Amino acid sequence: MSRLSIQLPGLDLKNPIMPASGCFGFGKEFAGLYDLSKLGAIMIKATTVETRLGNPTPRVAETAAGMLNAIGLQNPGLEKVMKNELPYLEGFDVPIIANVAGTTTEDYVEVAEKISTAPNVKALELNISCPNVKHGGITFGTDPVVASELVEAVKKVSKVPVYVKLSPNVTDIVEIAKAVEAGGADGITMINTLVGMRLDERTGKPVIANGTGGLSGPAVKPVAIRMVYEVYKAVNIPIIGMGGVTSAQDVIDFMSAGASAVAVGTANFVDPFVCPNIIEALPARLEKLGVQRIKEIIGRSHL
Amino acid sequence: MIQQERMIVVRQSEIAHHIFELTLQGQIVQDMNPGQFVHIRVSDSFEPLLRRPISIANINKETNEATVIYRAEGRGTQILSQKQVGDEVDVLGPLGNGFPVEAAPEGGTALLVGGGIGVPPLYELSQQLAARGIRTIHVFGFATEDVCFYEDQFSTLGDTHFVTVDGTKGTKGFVTDLLDELKPEFDVFYACGPLPMLRALEGFYPDKAGYLSFEERMGCGIGACFACICKTTDQTEKDYVKVCSDGPVFPKGVVEL
Repeated sequence: MSRLSIQLPGLDLKNPIMPASGCFGFGKEFAGLYDLSKLGAIMIKATTVETRLGNPTPRVAETAAGMLNAIGLQNPGLEKVMKNELPYLEGFDVPIIANVAGTTTEDYVEVAEKISTAPNVKALELNISCPNVKHGGITFGTDPVVASELVEAVKKVSKVPVYVKLSPNVTDIVEIAKAVEAGGADGITMINTLVGMRLDERTGKPVIANGTGGLSGPAVKPVAIRMVYEVYKAVNIPIIGMGGVTSAQDVIDFMSAGASAVAVGTANFVDPFVCPNIIEALPARLEKLGVQRIKEIIGRSHL
Repeated sequence: MIQQERMIVVRQSEIAHHIFELTLQGQIVQDMNPGQFVHIRVSDSFEPLLRRPISIANINKETNEATVIYRAEGRGTQILSQKQVGDEVDVLGPLGNGFPVEAAPEGGTALLVGGGIGVPPLYELSQQLAARGIRTIHVFGFATEDVCFYEDQFSTLGDTHFVTVDGTKGTKGFVTDLLDELKPEFDVFYACGPLPMLRALEGFYPDKAGYLSFEERMGCGIGACFACICKTTDQTEKDYVKVCSDGPVFPKGVVEL
């Protein structure tokens, strides 16, 4: 048992660090920079039944200590992901969490059923919180009843544990968290991006072609920490926390608030080596805290 | 290979209005090719957060120095323009696929067309073409005279013509107006500049081989974030290409303009 290892439903993590979905593609670009086997897990880019070309550009805009994006779930589609992307990742000793997205319940069920049979997919992450597509996605993430029913339907077909990615763009995130737990979710991942907008200085119109985009980066961390803190108190399933993580200290903060593992998103765009750097820095942080194993700090905010 | 390095500022100066020439020293210069770009983090804080993609204008592998030319207009580039000699700059690179120098036939002529801040990568390209004995013709468009740069540098390499929108330098108008007037003879063209210019060029030279360098807002710069996507004209093989990692240089006709 290493000092950083964490066990979660379906996931035997050598460390609690994983790149967040949408911030790491399907891993290929980063495989040229470092050994992906160093990572605790990889959350791959959202996969839908059919190929999606995403939104028009500009798709990103920088904001104070953060960025907005409206990529629009661009991905090659289920068949190509299973034929090309997942087999490539089998070359690494790292569990894959497949992010599943769709427009209808049937879409989610189809992707979940098939992608959960891939040998390296050890868990699913149901994307019911993408703010950048007109149909599906977030509509499933804002209504507790709809969310719970979707989880039930996916749980029936999935061969691996199902985590649900929650949206912060709701009045009461605890209510949704409880609903997905009741629906049979094995875990929660949170938070997705916060809906935002940036205006062009000259024209006064939105910079992003989609109008709105999802805010991420260090700016959102306090919101994410608060939400993990609240959800941890309300549910009995594990949480994978994310939102503005850039350092080992951020990881400690999320785990203190109640996360059992932590995903790194936007920081991968700023520093592509951020994940291995954080993993390397964690033991010294634990030493400083006088903690032997990282799992001891999970939820310490609440003690 | 893509590397991250803290490069050292060797020189920096304002060579035209808000246009800066910055020379950086570091090992990653050894891997650089014309038309590639570097992704520069201008600050170690979260403000601004993202890197700035800037094309490489000059590569000196003997001294490990590379020069970039950029317009200090936004927050990030303004911070970059304040870097002093000896300062360290966090650079990721070299990124993307550059101009194919070998596409110009031996003993042939290459037409290099640039618009504004799209001109810089053509400088290293022109030098490498000249080194291979290729004749170069430069046709560059700028908004006004005060933002023009590198006239002397390009002139030593080949015929150099300027056009400005307001007519304060060279012909008045756009590069296509000047090309219409010059009617240059050439074998291959290379271009970097705003989309309308690239679009016009494709229409202007339907029968010539050409390579276009694109600009788009980027996130990661390495192909992971899907921010800088362009649709392809032939959507059978690939529906889209990424400017950062598939480009920024594409053969004429690949990207839907």
